[in-house]
Amino acid sequence: MPLPYYVSPEQMMKDKAEYARKGIARGRSLVALEYQDGILLVAENPSTLLHKISEIYDRIAFAGVGKYNEFENLRIAGVRHADLRGYSYHREDVTAKALANAYSQALGNIFTEGLKPFEVEVLVVEVADGTNGRNEMYHVLYDGSIEDERNYAAMGGQAEEIRRFLKDQYREGLALADAVRVGIRALTVTQNKTLTDRDLEVAVLDQKRERRKFRRVANGELRAILGRPDPPEGGRPMGTS
Amino acid sequence: MHESWQGVFGSYVNTSFMDLLRHEAPDLLLTRPGALPALPPAVEPHGMPGVPTATTILALRYAEGVIVAGDRQATEGYQVAHRRIEKVFKTDDYSAVAIAGAAGPAIEMARLFQTELEHYEKVEGDGLSLEGKANKLGQMIRMNLPMAMQGLVVVPIFAGYDLRRAEGRIFNYDVTGGRYEEADYAATGSGGKDARTTLKKLYRTDGARADALRWAAEALIDAAEEDVGTGGPDFIRGIFPTVKVITRDGFADVAEAEVRAQCEAVLAARRQGR
Repeated sequence: MPLPYYVSPEQMMKDKAEYARKGIARGRSLVALEYQDGILLVAENPSTLLHKISEIYDRIAFAGVGKYNEFENLRIAGVRHADLRGYSYHREDVTAKALANAYSQALGNIFTEGLKPFEVEVLVVEVADGTNGRNEMYHVLYDGSIEDERNYAAMGGQAEEIRRFLKDQYREGLALADAVRVGIRALTVTQNKTLTDRDLEVAVLDQKRERRKFRRVANGELRAILGRPDPPEGGRPMGTS
Repeated sequence: MHESWQGVFGSYVNTSFMDLLRHEAPDLLLTRPGALPALPPAVEPHGMPGVPTATTILALRYAEGVIVAGDRQATEGYQVAHRRIEKVFKTDDYSAVAIAGAAGPAIEMARLFQTELEHYEKVEGDGLSLEGKANKLGQMIRMNLPMAMQGLVVVPIFAGYDLRRAEGRIFNYDVTGGRYEEADYAATGSGGKDARTTLKKLYRTDGARADALRWAAEALIDAAEEDVGTGGPDFIRGIFPTVKVITRDGFADVAEAEVRAQCEAVLAARRQGR
């Protein structure tokens, strides 16, 4: 009987991590910034229908980079987790921390047990509820490792460079328009091209809104922020919730 | 589709929150087999003894959309159970549900319905059509049928602004989940008949907002006069009907001051015998 090849656990983990990192590095990047009214999420995403940034619950948003079908799976699981918890207890009892931990567990299990790790990184952000508390940002990696970020976070292919850029450029208490501009500059820090509203997906968790804080920044509004005239045919803004 | 990692969240491939509950937490559903002891069908005129009943609710269409209103009283037999309950619930940005019948299950149904709509919207990235929402509510009422047969009747009115057709719409239900669209107005609950009679006399198509608010106040005050279960405007405690409007701009509260002013105007006119 032939013996199976022996692969040391260290080697196996290293291979898996390398595989996942390569997959993520191919994808476009995403940044999150705290601004004066909440949290801003900016992603490079030419698709207007397949979102990288989504609403999870009243004060919680989700962002994913890497393989779409994999982070979409995680997103839906997150919506289910949140709605179930909010319905059986109370809306206040749904927290980004619990959700980020669940993602961490799920991704950690896939990484160690699965044949193929998920090629994704996800960000779970929660905006402060006005009077007390502060914004929370949890960054979960493909292997389930989790870290909480302050002020800004970056994921995807050029995350390292973007983080370095934001470390110099980020200031607290930015207005929305300024934060959007910083976010877009951060995304283009390693490339020469400029990004237009059509290449971007932008959403905010806005403290000033009623119960559901999540809002997509429509193309028109984005153009106004970027100071560009409307294109003649006018692309339809997506998701105005 | 089940994979081991999904154990963290559970596994189901669906956009319905109700299906999710059925898999994950069946005890949170409105009705499940064996949830209630086998009681003989209720014959009480005011529902099951010991269970507060939400009484009069109404909805009417006007030029800009639809108004949904309800009195504030819950009644238990011949007693007032609560004076300040809310019977009109925002279900999403463009719709609301008003509830009449056994207060406990009715409020729970409104909450479940609201979660159901939001869940669908988040998973799919787009909301249900107004018809779709109305049908879903019908299914939830049908689910409650075993409890309804034992006296815990829930009969809501669903109203919303249909963005595709650019008009307000009203849906009425029976205990079996039967869904009926109303062209002008609807009212149910113990004082529903009286409210309908008033609306029948006053209602005109495409009324202005102020007129429609006035008609709603007239109808609720008449219901309170004729039906012992329905609470009228209470100037001593400062309790006034709940009134909401849904238009192209979405769901909005009508300020209590405005509702109060309408109620005062109705009563002032009656005092002068007009």
